[in-house]
Amino acid sequence: MQAVQQENPVEQIAHTNVSHCYQCGKCSAGCPMGEHMDVLPNQLIRLVQLGRMDKAMRAQSIWLCVSCQTCSTRCPKSVDCAGIMDALRELAARSGNPASEQMRTVVFQQAFLDNIRRYGRLNELELIAWFKTKAFAKDFSVPLLFKDAMLGPKMIQRGKFHLKGEKVRDRDVVQRIFAKCAS
Amino acid sequence: MNIGYYPGCALHGSSNDYEQSVRACLGALGVQLCELDDWICCGATAAHSLNHKLAVALPARNLAIAERDGFAEMLAPCPMCSAQLIKASRAIAADSKLRDEMSDIVELKVQGRTQVVNLIQVLQKAGSEALRTKQVRALTEFKPACYYGCLLTRPPETLRFDDAEHPTSMETILRELGAAPVEWNYKTECCGAGMTMCNEQTVLELSHRILSDAAAHGANCLVVACPMCHVNLDMKQADVERRFGVVHNLPVFYLSDLVGLAFGLQESELGIDRHFVAASGLASRGQ
Repeated sequence: MQAVQQENPVEQIAHTNVSHCYQCGKCSAGCPMGEHMDVLPNQLIRLVQLGRMDKAMRAQSIWLCVSCQTCSTRCPKSVDCAGIMDALRELAARSGNPASEQMRTVVFQQAFLDNIRRYGRLNELELIAWFKTKAFAKDFSVPLLFKDAMLGPKMIQRGKFHLKGEKVRDRDVVQRIFAKCAS
Repeated sequence: MNIGYYPGCALHGSSNDYEQSVRACLGALGVQLCELDDWICCGATAAHSLNHKLAVALPARNLAIAERDGFAEMLAPCPMCSAQLIKASRAIAADSKLRDEMSDIVELKVQGRTQVVNLIQVLQKAGSEALRTKQVRALTEFKPACYYGCLLTRPPETLRFDDAEHPTSMETILRELGAAPVEWNYKTECCGAGMTMCNEQTVLELSHRILSDAAAHGANCLVVACPMCHVNLDMKQADVERRFGVVHNLPVFYLSDLVGLAFGLQESELGIDRHFVAASGLASRGQ
């Protein structure tokens, strides 16, 4: 057990000690997404304690998590459950094998980072176009393609729509930061 | 008062009504915002979900620029940005190895010295006396449900602001300006945050709970201090109503909107006329 814990990649990324969890379930009780989750937050921590990383990384719930930090805030043992969710997402995305039902969220987050890497700031219109194209290529969802199309004119009317996104001057440094942080 | 200003992507994008409101409100108070030179995105949820090193490095670059340019204090009106900046700042200040590593990655020396603050803290610092001196109108017709969401207070040991379970800082400010904030249950529940695009059902469900509880406790509007909360509760309110077959019709104001109205600023000066749910005369009443 000791050896498993020392090499646990979740603890390395999240800087938290999963063995401190005594399974009180307070994280799951306060989770706003709990009722939709296949594996509850306290169950995920148990899987990590047991070294069952394969099962934890395949859980849909890690992508349903909205990162609201309620679990970490309320944990009586100061286990950073939200940080564990982050670590599991990172490891699952890196392994290229997250739960297929939640690929849309993975694709969105990847498209977001790709956008920042190129411009330094978010280009909302391009992010939406990229995300919809990439998600469509994966699940062929026509409703997703047209989702929020009606919002466009209303946003233009309210001056909330920017055809041209902002770019930072020093985009080279942004790209070097991304390169140095590549896992 | 001069203060560093990190707008973040949302306030320069589709939440530019929030930037307009913050600038107008703080301008009336004599707070000058000095925008951080060549700031970059904080990485938001995407970075902390997919790359933990990037989730520190992107905010660290901004912290390094703030330190280079001598900002002791910097306002980040978006709680996603402020939480990421504060988290990175605390980690860097506490760990000399991380300090060196990050200074190398972001190509500028960073020590985690700049204090990052949210909008509420800037108003608190201005002080109730300054607010009352500027006030020309009592907000008596407003019965707001003050909605804090997640990242203004959580995680508390990092953000060290207000009470994570029962925050009251917005109520205190608005009460002093004559409003009657309601007691309600959902002020720290999540609205679904950045899932608007990739998991809309979640956003609609969580936002519906918040809007329903606010209305059930007699609120006639919501007050937020977050661009994402505003998108989900205001822009998406019509979708919430369609999805659940209800009518909420609750205007959603930024905190700076109501403070600005108390200062006598017009709806159009604060960008309230650019919200999706019409203020239905609430904002212009009593003038």
